[in-house]
Amino acid sequence: MNMQIKPILIALRRHKAGTFLIALQIALTLAIVCNALFIIHQRLANLSERSGVDEANVFVIQNQWAGDRTQQQIDAQMQADVLALRQLPGVRDAAPISGGYPLRGGGWDNFVTMTPDQVKPTTDSAVYLGDEHLLDTLGLRLIAGRNFRSDEVHGMGTEQVIIPPVVIVSKALAERLFPDGSALGKSFYAMGSTPSTIIGIVDLLHRQGASQWDKAHAGQSLIWPARLDDVAGTFYVVRAKPGQLAAAMREAPKALYAQSRMRIIDPKDGIQDYAEIRHRVFDSDRGMAILMGIISAVLLAITAAGIVGLTSFWVGQRRKQIGVRRALGATRHDILSYFLTENLLIGIAGVAVGTVLAIGINLWMVTRFEMDRMSMAYVGVGVIVLLLLGQGSVLAPALRASRVSPVEATRSV
Amino acid sequence: MFGYYFNLAMLSLKRNKVLTALMVLTIALGIGTSMTTLTVMHVLSGDPIPQKSAQLFRVRMNVFPDDAFKRGDRVPDNLTRRDAEALLHDARGDRQAAMSAGSMVVMSAQGDPLNVEARYTNADFFPMFDVPLRYGHAWSRGDDAGHAHVAVISGSLNEQLFGGADSVGKALLVGDQSLRIIGVLGDWDMNPRFYDLSNGQFGDSEDVFVPLSTALDMKLPTSGQTWCWGNNGNAHDANAPCIWLQYWAQLDTPAKAVAYRQYLQNYIALQQKAGRFTHSGQLELQDVMQWLDAKGVVPSDVRLQMWLALGFLGICLINTVGLLLAKFLRRGSELGVRRALGASRRSIFLQCLIEAGMVGMVGGVFGLVLAGLGVLLVRHQPTDYAAYIHMDLRMLLATFVLALSSSLLAGLLPAWRAMQLSPAIAIKSN
Repeated sequence: MNMQIKPILIALRRHKAGTFLIALQIALTLAIVCNALFIIHQRLANLSERSGVDEANVFVIQNQWAGDRTQQQIDAQMQADVLALRQLPGVRDAAPISGGYPLRGGGWDNFVTMTPDQVKPTTDSAVYLGDEHLLDTLGLRLIAGRNFRSDEVHGMGTEQVIIPPVVIVSKALAERLFPDGSALGKSFYAMGSTPSTIIGIVDLLHRQGASQWDKAHAGQSLIWPARLDDVAGTFYVVRAKPGQLAAAMREAPKALYAQSRMRIIDPKDGIQDYAEIRHRVFDSDRGMAILMGIISAVLLAITAAGIVGLTSFWVGQRRKQIGVRRALGATRHDILSYFLTENLLIGIAGVAVGTVLAIGINLWMVTRFEMDRMSMAYVGVGVIVLLLLGQGSVLAPALRASRVSPVEATRSV
Repeated sequence: MFGYYFNLAMLSLKRNKVLTALMVLTIALGIGTSMTTLTVMHVLSGDPIPQKSAQLFRVRMNVFPDDAFKRGDRVPDNLTRRDAEALLHDARGDRQAAMSAGSMVVMSAQGDPLNVEARYTNADFFPMFDVPLRYGHAWSRGDDAGHAHVAVISGSLNEQLFGGADSVGKALLVGDQSLRIIGVLGDWDMNPRFYDLSNGQFGDSEDVFVPLSTALDMKLPTSGQTWCWGNNGNAHDANAPCIWLQYWAQLDTPAKAVAYRQYLQNYIALQQKAGRFTHSGQLELQDVMQWLDAKGVVPSDVRLQMWLALGFLGICLINTVGLLLAKFLRRGSELGVRRALGASRRSIFLQCLIEAGMVGMVGGVFGLVLAGLGVLLVRHQPTDYAAYIHMDLRMLLATFVLALSSSLLAGLLPAWRAMQLSPAIAIKSN
């Protein structure tokens, strides 16, 4: 094997253009494929993000108010609505939720500070507003402290945001604010002049969004005990009893309309279960992952085809030389390994350049597209894939070459 | 001459069908993906109002109090009601409009409530943005001043409520109040919705347009971004420390734009003198395309896809170069015979280029089909811009130019190498 490298290099110098083209193609393919792999992996990681919600049984109703109501009337209607929902046979629990709901795709978030006059915020938290039933309805797991009491829940006007004195936070927010684990009973400020005391900590509560901003503050959420009496409308979140999701989703709007006709629940997308919600918020991620996957596969196929094409040409061109080598005692295996080694050398040159290109492209995407730095593992996988691809595609032409008979050396033209 | 080269190319392409098909397929895939993503880019980064985009200016300024002001921050998109009303009152532009998105519930004839998107603005909005009216007319500046209970509705809402008949003079029931319909829009959709990107960048026009003064009287709910730096009652009060109004000015000549910028600077200086803040303030006056650019309307995924597709096309081309090279050099003896019989290098070069060009043309046709399928696929994606993606004549032509030029480019090196074959060696070596 080693003995063959030098003659191979000499032979390649006579095929500079072809060698260069294959190496370049391998380099570019590596650069694109490992960045694509990285993006696919990242997007798929988004898809499997946990929300903390009992997604199999929970659905959300977008309820818009029609007609003029005072704040008091809205507050009374919301309480009557959730009571009606809770009484449905297929429903385990129901609650109003404002500020958006987990995985909605965007919603209310506030800066959080440790002191009221702090200029630079400590961090950012998603804000949910709901009553004492919200924890059970979403299926959140309380890991410390207690739930809200019903006397802590008040109606809140949209024009008069009063920061409640008590708050339930996600574990991620608790640990961000109090890394020593002493969050329970401590207080903080969320864009108001009065503090909120942490009375409970839930294990996991996803933010409303999945944007870069949300990722930078992943899992940091808080719940205020309040019904937001918004003249535009509210969300109701409903948890069905196991296996009764479809029935509950059918019955819920009827129960609400029976309470009052003066509301709008969009028949098309006014009621969504978490399968739909998850599908919608991660749609672009899934699309991007699929696209990247297709492009990578096609790229690898094209590169393989290119290698087959060019190597076939080389084999055809060198039939006579191969015949001479065979006549002088080279075995079929020698010929086969010649072409495999030749391809390996070109491949190594290609992946060396490709590695540099791949890292370059990743760094460019970090600045242009707010992408993370790529781990070298992706480049490693890409290198192995491309070298194997090269060896695989060169195999057929090389086998053909190894079958060239020594007699060809004696033929002219 | 060309006819002869054409025949030669046909013969050569037929001789090795697999290789030819591979080259055509490679180019078609490269062209197809590139043109799909370029079409999306072309539509998304297009000028929504080409006849006026250089005369319409988004007005933004930073007149935050000192404790809310950070020099490094972007100038906020919206204005406070106080500033918007001051600028409207001065009326230094040829036309100007302050506006906000909103939503309201209207009653259909059957008594069913209907949630519709609304825009609260003033009279200049309609002539500024060339809004066509099918029936009736827009409201006047007098209606703005008189807080008139009037509304202009979209064609689709008119269809829904009144079956498409002329509804001018009819009442639009909003809760317990009513607005008099004075106009119905013709076809008008701006995509991207440049006049307010905070509320869905792509989509149909709003369904109800109401004077801003009236909407404030009626306390109609607004949507879009509202940002307050103080905690005080109603965000829409005249002096509320909240930014929520978009402001546009029409300035017909560059000279007027310069003068208007000066006027805004003076305005900011006056506010500073009045004691609202001590920093020097910030100002941004951008025409439509600058504004769209600054807001980055084209989603980053779309830009990423475009770069990916162009990289893909690059690799496809390199692949084609390699295959063409192999093909031409393999025919060394044939080319050698032609040279020996008196063909010049130039004609060998031309012959090879024509063969490459033919591969490109066929690849381009298939690429166009693929791009058509790609656009169809994009249109079925659940994005808000999906419905507006289409291939126009320019992109169609661009596809062919790209296909032909890239395949000729791919043919250059192989043709060059083929032309330099020495005839004697080429004939002998085989």
